[in-house]
Amino acid sequence: MKHPAPHSDAFDADACRGIAQGLAHLEGALLPILHAVQDRFGYVDDAALPVIAEVLNLSRAEVHGVVTFYHDFRREPAHRHVVKVCRAEACQALGGERLYDEVRRACEHGGDVTVEAVYCLGNCALSPAALIDGDLHGRLDAARTLDLVAGK
Amino acid sequence: MSGRRIFVPRDAAALSVGAEAVAKAVLDSGADLTLTRTGTRGLLWLEPLLEIEIDGRRIGFGPVRAADVPDILAQGAAHPLCLGPVEDIPYLKSQQRLTFARCGVTDPLSLGDYTAQGGLKGLTRALTLTPAAIVEEVTQSGLRGRGGAGFPTGIKWNTVLHAEASQKYIVCNADEGDSGTFADRILMEGDPFLLIEGMAIAGLAVGATKGYIYLRSEYPHAFRTLTQAIEIARAGGVLGADVMGSGTAFDMEVRLGAGAYICGEETSLLESLEGRRGQVRFKPPLPAIEGLFGKPTVINNVLSLAAVPTVLAEGAEYYRNFGTGRSRGTMPIQLGGNVKRGGLIERAFGLSLREIVEDYGGGTLTGRPVHAAQVGGPLGAYWPSSLFDTPLDYEAFAAKGGMVGHGGVVVFDDTVDMAQQARFAFEFCAIESCGKCTPCRIGSTRGVETMDRVIAGDGAALGLVRDLCTVMQDGSLCALGGLTHMPVLSALDNFPEDFPGAARDAAE
Repeated sequence: MKHPAPHSDAFDADACRGIAQGLAHLEGALLPILHAVQDRFGYVDDAALPVIAEVLNLSRAEVHGVVTFYHDFRREPAHRHVVKVCRAEACQALGGERLYDEVRRACEHGGDVTVEAVYCLGNCALSPAALIDGDLHGRLDAARTLDLVAGK
Repeated sequence: MSGRRIFVPRDAAALSVGAEAVAKAVLDSGADLTLTRTGTRGLLWLEPLLEIEIDGRRIGFGPVRAADVPDILAQGAAHPLCLGPVEDIPYLKSQQRLTFARCGVTDPLSLGDYTAQGGLKGLTRALTLTPAAIVEEVTQSGLRGRGGAGFPTGIKWNTVLHAEASQKYIVCNADEGDSGTFADRILMEGDPFLLIEGMAIAGLAVGATKGYIYLRSEYPHAFRTLTQAIEIARAGGVLGADVMGSGTAFDMEVRLGAGAYICGEETSLLESLEGRRGQVRFKPPLPAIEGLFGKPTVINNVLSLAAVPTVLAEGAEYYRNFGTGRSRGTMPIQLGGNVKRGGLIERAFGLSLREIVEDYGGGTLTGRPVHAAQVGGPLGAYWPSSLFDTPLDYEAFAAKGGMVGHGGVVVFDDTVDMAQQARFAFEFCAIESCGKCTPCRIGSTRGVETMDRVIAGDGAALGLVRDLCTVMQDGSLCALGGLTHMPVLSALDNFPEDFPGAARDAAE
């Protein structure tokens, strides 16, 4: 069940246009297109915005507004590993804030891991929880989290 | 199919503590067996829970590590991790599982299993009824929206039924963002056909031919399961141009959110589905009149829609006979945080918070005294143990200044600092505010700053906190700003000892 780490292929406007055109028939196509672009490139490049806007006949400002509204959409490539640590109440009750701080500090230098806060992963009976490269883990501490990131 | 039947969940919570390695160890054992991957039973402290069918009964083992598997397979019921028949475990046996009857029991993606275990009975009956009769059945059942607001489902449906339009929609709110809640996720991963059946019934009831499930992106496992289940249902004739041979059309798709808590608010969700920023809409018009793409739309929570097949299959009377007062039917309660036995508890309304936290939960995981429980998500109240005898009931909870919400119960031990929890409630609101209305957008940030002053010892700032709460409650467009006062003021009023200067605030 291992998912590939978010990758960051060089942005390619033609490929982006292809993705947008392939999904443009959907009702409310913008979010599915942005997800698909981010799945492909690992982030939503600034250069993607006018391409998507043109395909959907929207203004660039509208696309920009949507990209910046949602926490999920990255404006620049992530590191090789992405750790999303839950900061919500159920995880707080078992040291989630400390876990978030410790993991963030441990990964500050080195440039291999992007650490982000997330608010609830639906694993509240097995707190503290984190999503590590797309896989959900429960009952974590900082040492175990860093081991998992390292593939141990 | 040959050999012994073994069951291991592939629910995300079970996977989070090693269920995949357990399943692999079962397959690698070389024993003569058939492995079925199920959803979870919801006994989450026992995950990974492995089950072996022995003499026609499912015998449980848990929590299992991969290394335990060879011995379990060799020793059977004699193994120390043996829990006996899973259905006799008191935590499960005492429940009233209507919506979650199949969760953890069946293969979530087997339409055959689903039908053999009572699935599609509700839809089959609905196809023999007029739309108005379906709506009447749901109204009579007393079902109220399980997403948090508790609005009567049948009344909402009736409005959409009588709206004239060329197109109507069924939208399922699966943006389960409240901390402490996971029932939607467990259901979508463990029994997705039930949700599909509920949406199809809703479509028949109001004359909608298209449905959307708006799912939060934090639930990748549920996304995969739902996507596959919809394809299987379509291939099986449950969805499509001719629902179960009736000549009526209903089809649906899953859409992913993008990490915005506010999109659990119904009008923000609709904006997001339409491809815009998830900003709250003014009401009226109600979504039932002008909803998705301006068309009449039923928008219901996962658990509301998943309760509907039972109502249709067994009748409104059967469903409403569960519960108390104006809270009818069963409520899937989700118990989490610092608790020994966290999990899913589906019971008729009316049991007390004490039964949930102490009898089911067994106290805190850390072994320290239970200090507080937050019920109903990040916008729900913090309850002190002195109020734990309150029965779970929409009105009884409201009377004590709290809410049932989506049924999440998060337990804290006595190391929690309630002033910090109050501060976090403002912080969360500031992070997740959609920005449309000023009380929420600005008030939440001022709330964080003011709580920082309180925590630093400025007791006089507590008056400002109360004022802010009043402004946000009265002036916000939706429940995010409108309910932030609930965790803040319940923390302050129920746990004043954690707030420097709170005694003086009360005296003034």
